[in-house]
Amino acid sequence: MTAACPACVAGPTQLDLTELPDAVQLSVPSMRCAACISTVENHLTGLRGVADARVNLSQKRVRVVTDRPASELAAALKDVGFEAYPLDANALSGEKDRTGHDLLMRLGVAGFAMMNVMLLSVAVWSGAEGATRDLFHLISATIALPVVLYSAQPFFKHAMQALRVGRLNMDVPISLAILLAGAMSLYESFNGGEHAYFDAALSLTFFLLIGRYLEHHTRSTARSAAKELAALETHTVSLKTPRGVETVPLTKVQVGDVALVQTGVRVPVDGVLISKEAHTDRAFLTGESDPVAHQQDALLNAGEINLGAPFEMRASAVGQDTRLHQIARLVETAENARNSYTSLADRAAQVYAPAVHLLALVTFIGWYAISQDLRHSLNIAIAVLIITCPCALGLAVPAVSTAAISKLYRLGFLVKSGTALERLAECRNIVLDKTGTLTTPGFSFAKDDFSDSDLSIAKALAQNSAHPLSKSLDLYLGEVRPAELDAISETKGGGVSANSDGVKVALGRASWLGGDGDALVLKIGETLHPVPYKETLKEGVQDMTGGLSAQNLALEIMSGDTPEKTAQVAAAAEVAEFTASMSPEEKSTRVTAMEAEGATPCMIGDGLNDTVALAAAHASIAPGSALDAARSAADVVVIGNTMAHVPKLFKIAHRAVALSRQNFAISLVYNLIAVPIAVLGYATPLAAALAMSLSSITVLLNAVRVGRIS
Amino acid sequence: MNVLVFLIPVSLTLGGLGLLAFVWSLKARQYDDPEGHAVRILNDEGPRRAEDDAN
Repeated sequence: MTAACPACVAGPTQLDLTELPDAVQLSVPSMRCAACISTVENHLTGLRGVADARVNLSQKRVRVVTDRPASELAAALKDVGFEAYPLDANALSGEKDRTGHDLLMRLGVAGFAMMNVMLLSVAVWSGAEGATRDLFHLISATIALPVVLYSAQPFFKHAMQALRVGRLNMDVPISLAILLAGAMSLYESFNGGEHAYFDAALSLTFFLLIGRYLEHHTRSTARSAAKELAALETHTVSLKTPRGVETVPLTKVQVGDVALVQTGVRVPVDGVLISKEAHTDRAFLTGESDPVAHQQDALLNAGEINLGAPFEMRASAVGQDTRLHQIARLVETAENARNSYTSLADRAAQVYAPAVHLLALVTFIGWYAISQDLRHSLNIAIAVLIITCPCALGLAVPAVSTAAISKLYRLGFLVKSGTALERLAECRNIVLDKTGTLTTPGFSFAKDDFSDSDLSIAKALAQNSAHPLSKSLDLYLGEVRPAELDAISETKGGGVSANSDGVKVALGRASWLGGDGDALVLKIGETLHPVPYKETLKEGVQDMTGGLSAQNLALEIMSGDTPEKTAQVAAAAEVAEFTASMSPEEKSTRVTAMEAEGATPCMIGDGLNDTVALAAAHASIAPGSALDAARSAADVVVIGNTMAHVPKLFKIAHRAVALSRQNFAISLVYNLIAVPIAVLGYATPLAAALAMSLSSITVLLNAVRVGRIS
Repeated sequence: MNVLVFLIPVSLTLGGLGLLAFVWSLKARQYDDPEGHAVRILNDEGPRRAEDDAN
């Protein structure tokens, strides 16, 4: 792109790559087309200090080789109309997909071997006899046996793992069928036998590997979505230095640095609490959802979420040494032990595997009792094992969820949990938060109405609160220098208070600060200054509420705001049901109560006051602009700024569940037809090949239909 | 049946070539960004190789 011929540029670019250790990654959700790729790449490579930029459209990311900070690149991309979010290189490291490559290679090898053996088998099926048939069988054997031993290794491994702990899973009958088919066919080929199942052994391996690859793909997409979120989160840290508060990249924090942790933000590093007290959510460590109180000198772990007032801490471990990283490694190991979709399939296997083995054994004993022919009985029993092999069953769910999740990703949804689609499909009620989810607060007061010192106090207070209103005020005040504050504390549902040069200052709800009503007020000493703002509906909110109502979902707004304001927003968003003045506790109690009544609420929210309700709800969605705490509690995160596609999320979830059920039905029907034929001894290698391919392909094609929602 | 002496090696060789092509395409990272590669052909600028993408 930078030179006339690709070869000319290959040399120097290679050099640059080795000289610049860190490439920056940015998430650019709005890239969709060829023009976007060239705009983004050309604009970035045109910047000073950028050696190379390469877009990955599937992941909606751009990787830039540069020595400039990611935030500057994001700003540059905003100039050409692309919202970009810097991703943390540390959180994304090690993401290169070894297992995926490995599975794809095994899949490809099995596929090519299968095609060749099928070709050879056609000769046998069309009537080759005697020495010719044996020759074809032996050639098939030389291709099939090494390939099976290589390609089917994942099944063998999992089967061994299960057997070692005395359990049966789906991989046990699969491995048994593949190995027995290979061994039996080899014996038959050497003894001039009529039937050899080399093609069946290979196509079993091939179709099951497709299922395994899709499953892996879905899981790694979910994981990389989670990683992307992690990468979005603690990208920068506020450090207290002799020069004031500085924002630095997480990687630059050193042991002994003093970090400032704001409300609703994750603790960036392990460390010791300097402030008097703090409240954090350490659910990710201990599983308890109640906030934990810490006193001065308490040890805090990276990843805990600050639920109380902003506090200061001294870093004692950074980067890879932190507890969060140790746990992330544990989580990754645990995730390999299958997601809950597969455990559902595993539960089916607890019934299925013994049944299949029993069926094959009964067939063998029955035929031996009738015919007294050991070889013939064994052949039929193995044919039963091959025919009952759960090809379609293994593809049924992974094929659908892969198609659904990648479709959703293109619409701007990060699905974080494997069971999220199932749970979303069960939701009947939608609970909406107001501020931040439906509306964005906007300020428009004249800055001249306030003195410079008042503005700087307001800015400092706004910076120390995680409420969306404060964030927006912070943005509106732009270049104003924040004042020095101490003894900062935030009251949920109230506001922030602090000391500035010995004067008590506060920013928050008027009623909380001794005034009347719920307007936003800046209190300095004893004087109250109202800070006027108005709320506007977010883009796409009406499309969202309209679309959800059209799907017969009961909508309800739960807000901590006043009845008048909530009523206004409810009317504008066309939602009939609303409850105002709710505390965070009331929100979560309501959601839990709805669950207890048998309703299945889906919570959509973004703030600190929604976090508990998000975690308590049957399913939950958070906008990308939400607080870290809210995003980590939600099942699905909406990236991009519009909520207009949320109804589609529900449509696709419904469709995915319906299609998974259909797929189960298809594979059941196939077994009902094929098993009696096999047990009665009429199954031939040709019949097995046909039935297996047809059922697997039907299931795959059926799964693709999930993407056909406009 | 003598024709088999030619046909079988021919079919095996062709299959082997297909497999080699697949292994090459996998090693050349052609499956890392299927969507991107599909639309890049519409760009007028010179080609960029997928290897440049290596992390």
